[in-house]
Amino acid sequence: MISVTGARKSYGNFAALDDVTLDIPAGTLTALLGPSGSGKSTLLRSIAGLERLDAGSIVIGGQDVTQVAPQKRGIGFVFQHYAAFKHMTVRDNVGFGLSIRKRPKAEIARKVDDLLEIVGLDGFQHRYPAQLSGGQRQRMALARALAVDPEVLLLDEPFGALDAKVRADLRQWLRRLHDEVHVTTVLVTHDQEEALDVADRIAVLNKGRIEQVGDPVALYDRPANDFVMSFLGSVARLGGQLVRPHDIALHRSRERAQSLDARVGGSPGVIEAVVERVVRLGFEVRVDLRADSGERFAAQVTRAEADALDLRVGETVYARATQGPDVTETEPALAI
Amino acid sequence: MTATTATARRDDTMVSSLPPRPTPQRQFSARPLGVGLVGLWLSVIVLLPLAALTVTSFGDGVSGFWDAVTAPVALASLAVTVGLAAVVALLNAAMGTLIAWVLVRDDFPGKRVVNALIDLPFALPTIVASIVLLSLYGPNSPVHVHLNATRPGLVVALAFVTLPFVVRSVQPVLIEVDREVEEASASLGASNWTTFRRVVLPTLAPAIISGTGLAFARAIGEYGSVVLIGGNIPRRTQVASQYIQQQIEIDRPVNAAAVSVALLVIAFLTLFVLRVAAGRSRRREEESS
Ligand SMILES: Nc1ncnc2c1ncn2[C@@H]1O[C@H](COP(=O)(O)OP(=O)(O)O)[C@@H](O)[C@H]1O
Ligand SMILES: [Mg+2]
Repeated sequence: MISVTGARKSYGNFAALDDVTLDIPAGTLTALLGPSGSGKSTLLRSIAGLERLDAGSIVIGGQDVTQVAPQKRGIGFVFQHYAAFKHMTVRDNVGFGLSIRKRPKAEIARKVDDLLEIVGLDGFQHRYPAQLSGGQRQRMALARALAVDPEVLLLDEPFGALDAKVRADLRQWLRRLHDEVHVTTVLVTHDQEEALDVADRIAVLNKGRIEQVGDPVALYDRPANDFVMSFLGSVARLGGQLVRPHDIALHRSRERAQSLDARVGGSPGVIEAVVERVVRLGFEVRVDLRADSGERFAAQVTRAEADALDLRVGETVYARATQGPDVTETEPALAI
Repeated sequence: MTATTATARRDDTMVSSLPPRPTPQRQFSARPLGVGLVGLWLSVIVLLPLAALTVTSFGDGVSGFWDAVTAPVALASLAVTVGLAAVVALLNAAMGTLIAWVLVRDDFPGKRVVNALIDLPFALPTIVASIVLLSLYGPNSPVHVHLNATRPGLVVALAFVTLPFVVRSVQPVLIEVDREVEEASASLGASNWTTFRRVVLPTLAPAIISGTGLAFARAIGEYGSVVLIGGNIPRRTQVASQYIQQQIEIDRPVNAAAVSVALLVIAFLTLFVLRVAAGRSRRREEESS
């Protein structure tokens, strides 16, 4: 369990963390999600003790560690760019924390070999980091962090420097590893797909503040505000409201659209729009539309629906929201 | 567990299926003009004078060369020179690294000025250093430190002229050091000193070694800065360059050349050994494919 209470951190007069309070339950994999510069790394590094908070406190496993040096916090940290010890072999990298603790050589060797097997680097003991691929280096870094049996595992965009394919594989692999090892894990990412994919819980950060905390489904279905809604999953702006593109229904007849819309409370009403483009994306079809107000939005419909509507570019359709979080604009428009 | 390993290994196969990289040498080999020019330049500037020197040193035959080098005073001057150069080189290895560290990692007022000061021994005629040191630590020392005609005096003079070597070779490497590597070490429980010793120092080692080697070579051949404060006392403070100068003055060019060649061999061997050592510690970090 990690508890961050009232954390503040400023660089000059810029607030990187602005009164952040967050509880991370023991054994979970929590993602800190937010756009670049939102303070994710600052928060993670503060938990690790690599940054000093201006105010607030951090408690790890019941112990207040706010004034404790990183060496004594019982953490494992994984950096985006691996931070490998380049002059050491894979074995010495992974065994570093244990050798600092002056464990017997045989015990270190056994533990290192076990970990390398877990992270799939068995047989790479005598290689140097430069002889590994990016994905392998990051798995080595993970084994190195796990070797000291940390209370919490902190990962700062660990897959950010890898190409898309390796990233997706490693993400799945991390999730399975977490299910086996069960160490409390905090993963920083700016990639909402990554967060939705691996995390039990997601904390959304924006401008140094926590916008919402919850499980992935709750955040997607019941976002607390426009920012969370537009940051997790795609959105369309329909008559001043944000809705998911797959929650927009299209009709040929205005009357039919209006009669169905009358049953939905708090909807933005029926919007008349012109079809600008129809894009087939496998099973789904994206329809780019322009409302008579000039506002552009996209609707996502099934292929069957698209075939039934038989949409052509330039034709007029009537759009309505079938469901939505019932959010009305509370903040200036967000560019998405 | 098996499934985990299988997926995790996927990117390994991607790496090994890449085509082998062309070796860089092959791309740059077809440059006869460049090679010729460099060869000519090095011949005129370095090889010819060295060859001439060597020929002169054997002017009285092999035994003449041997006698010249092993003459007690000559041998003593060589021993003093190498001993002092070694002390100064080690001093530089420690102090130069510390100075580079402070200049890169710490902020203090006047840092730019200090940084510029480091190169001053390069700009100053070394005789000036000797004059300054003599007036500071000589017979009329205002601070009552008398180093005139002593070995500590020589060490101070040589330390002055060799100051920039280690500092300037370590500084750029230290700037490039990845701070996250040190943070990773700290997160694994290493104290600052352990992190420095086990993580940072191995990265700096090639630069420290090569800077130290240059400082040593420079100290071996130094003349200007030691000429006034050294005192030129045979077997005590007379360094090889002073002995050479003396032999020329009493018209013994063969003796002078022989001791010069001995200095040359020592300097060359030192630089060669250090280069191999630096190369070895650097190579470990690079790909050995
Ligand atoms: N050492 C620093 N000095 C000045 N500003 C910093 C420093 N570290 C971070 N910041 C600023 O704090 C903000 C948050 O940074 P960071 O936590 O790294 O964001 P994220 O990881 O979410 O991209 C950014 O605007 C960044 O420019
Ligand atoms: Mg970051």
